[in-house]
Amino acid sequence: MADVKKIATRESYGNALAECGADFPNLVVLDADLAGATKTGVFQKAFPDRHIDCGIAECNMTGIAAGLATCGKVPFISSFAMFAAGRNFEQVRNSIGYPRLNVKIGATHAGITVGEDGATHQCNEDVALMRTIPGMTVIVPSDDVEAKAAVRAAIEMEGPVYLRFGRAAVPVINDKPDYKFEIGKGVLLREGTDVTIVASGITVSSALDAAEMLAADGISAEVINIHTIKPLDEELVLASAKKTGKVVTAEEHTVIGGLGSAVCDCLSEKHPTPVLRIGMQDVFGESGSANALVEKYGLDGKGIYEKVKTFVK
Amino acid sequence: MNKSELQKTANEVRKGIVTAVHGAKAGHPGGSLSAADIFTYLYFEEMNIDPKDPKKADRDRFVLSKGHTAPGLYSVLANRGYFPVEDLPTLRHLGSYLQGHPCMQETPGVDMSSGSLGQGISAAVGMALAAKMDGKDYRTYTLLGDGEIQEGQVWEASMFAGHRKLDNLVVIVDNNGLQIDGKIDDVCSPYPIDKKFEAFNFHVINIDGNDFDQIDAAFKEAKATKGQPTAIICKTVKGKGVSFMENNAGWHGKAPNDDEYATAMADLAKIGEELGGAN
Repeated sequence: MADVKKIATRESYGNALAECGADFPNLVVLDADLAGATKTGVFQKAFPDRHIDCGIAECNMTGIAAGLATCGKVPFISSFAMFAAGRNFEQVRNSIGYPRLNVKIGATHAGITVGEDGATHQCNEDVALMRTIPGMTVIVPSDDVEAKAAVRAAIEMEGPVYLRFGRAAVPVINDKPDYKFEIGKGVLLREGTDVTIVASGITVSSALDAAEMLAADGISAEVINIHTIKPLDEELVLASAKKTGKVVTAEEHTVIGGLGSAVCDCLSEKHPTPVLRIGMQDVFGESGSANALVEKYGLDGKGIYEKVKTFVK
Repeated sequence: MNKSELQKTANEVRKGIVTAVHGAKAGHPGGSLSAADIFTYLYFEEMNIDPKDPKKADRDRFVLSKGHTAPGLYSVLANRGYFPVEDLPTLRHLGSYLQGHPCMQETPGVDMSSGSLGQGISAAVGMALAAKMDGKDYRTYTLLGDGEIQEGQVWEASMFAGHRKLDNLVVIVDNNGLQIDGKIDDVCSPYPIDKKFEAFNFHVINIDGNDFDQIDAAFKEAKATKGQPTAIICKTVKGKGVSFMENNAGWHGKAPNDDEYATAMADLAKIGEELGGAN
């Protein structure tokens, strides 16, 4: 994969905000002393009057965004996922979710690919938290192309949206002329007949790698990119589950409450199917390089390949 | 409105509070009654609003950060003509547009949903910031409880408001001295309240929050204050106007039974007579 272009989706986030700034005059961006890391600094440079640094006070930032939204602004609040969703959960629920305000939450540094900072900053619970809030749309883009498209789509839709971005550079896999992003619509990336791998975020490219390895062993894997975890593209998941009869989910997130749970919620009610959930197995992360952590916790192509192989036996 | 009219109106607002909470058989009368004069002044004298057009673009905004005193807000909105006073007893009932805590999607005139303490002030700061960004001259008011200011987010919001010199923002603290578990200075003292807001670069005014002369002077002073937000610290009597509720923490979140309701309404009727009858 050495020749594949790699970009961190937090970079895509900052660039997309800056690109959308001129098209959407009501777009405002709030940060909590992390503009350099979340990349909202790119927007700040282009639109200094519409970038509000709230200091290290995420809960207040969330309330300010709510107030701005009642006055017609389209605010993005930005911080690390740990704080944007974790520290802020109740503020997001009560000040944004309950009044159904048009606030977007741009959460960067999600999951274990935060790397060296370790477990305190590696949020593997944010999707679970955000998914429980009524009316909240939850998007986990897989690469640069998808992340930028998701930011624009979030601005264009009315209502709260949680967007999850990563710190580490990830392969660009969607730079195809026919690529189309639609909130709530999953993408069938590879057709297969023996097993379905449903992935989101960084595990999408891992799943594609795994499918290649499985093919060499004579196992035909279907790969689905679920960039929108809520609302889930149930139609696509059900159709694939009916076809292959076995479903594996892969996510850089705890298997409790995230993509794996969302898929299980759907399948167990509508078409019970054996499922294997790959992800953080109810554990905290730890310090290390992003690559080393992805390998250790089995979220790379090889890790997914090995687990799927055992599962389909 | 002159002082006498404001006093009479506030007394009607108090009757609405007691009636709403009695109808709900639950709710928060104490802190609604203590702030009734502030509610009345805001909605009948101070704010640029139009009950016929609750979402008018450049209206002044109000956020009830101490959202549990929704009966006070609902009563003043009803008395101001946003919706019928007769609907107040539906408070907290299934299907009512008068939810237990303010809901901007349900109730005409409610500018922000609130109820989780410490969050409303941040939303108010956001509204004041929006006005500044857009060069609009509408003003934003928010009412906090003195127990509520134990929440850390209040001070995050205050730091931001002071830093940004939001002189279109007025933070009102209803200092009735009591919270659920007792006296605020016994539970976890927030005193000195004025010095704290001063330290966050607020212009601070200390008043008797049940005295319309002082309320009137304070809001005029706030409007004339430039370059910093204003905090008005209002010393008030919890349960004000209802003899058995006054200065009694037990009436923070409890509804009167039928006998108590009759006594409360008789108390308020007597006050109304002393004020010289209806407006």
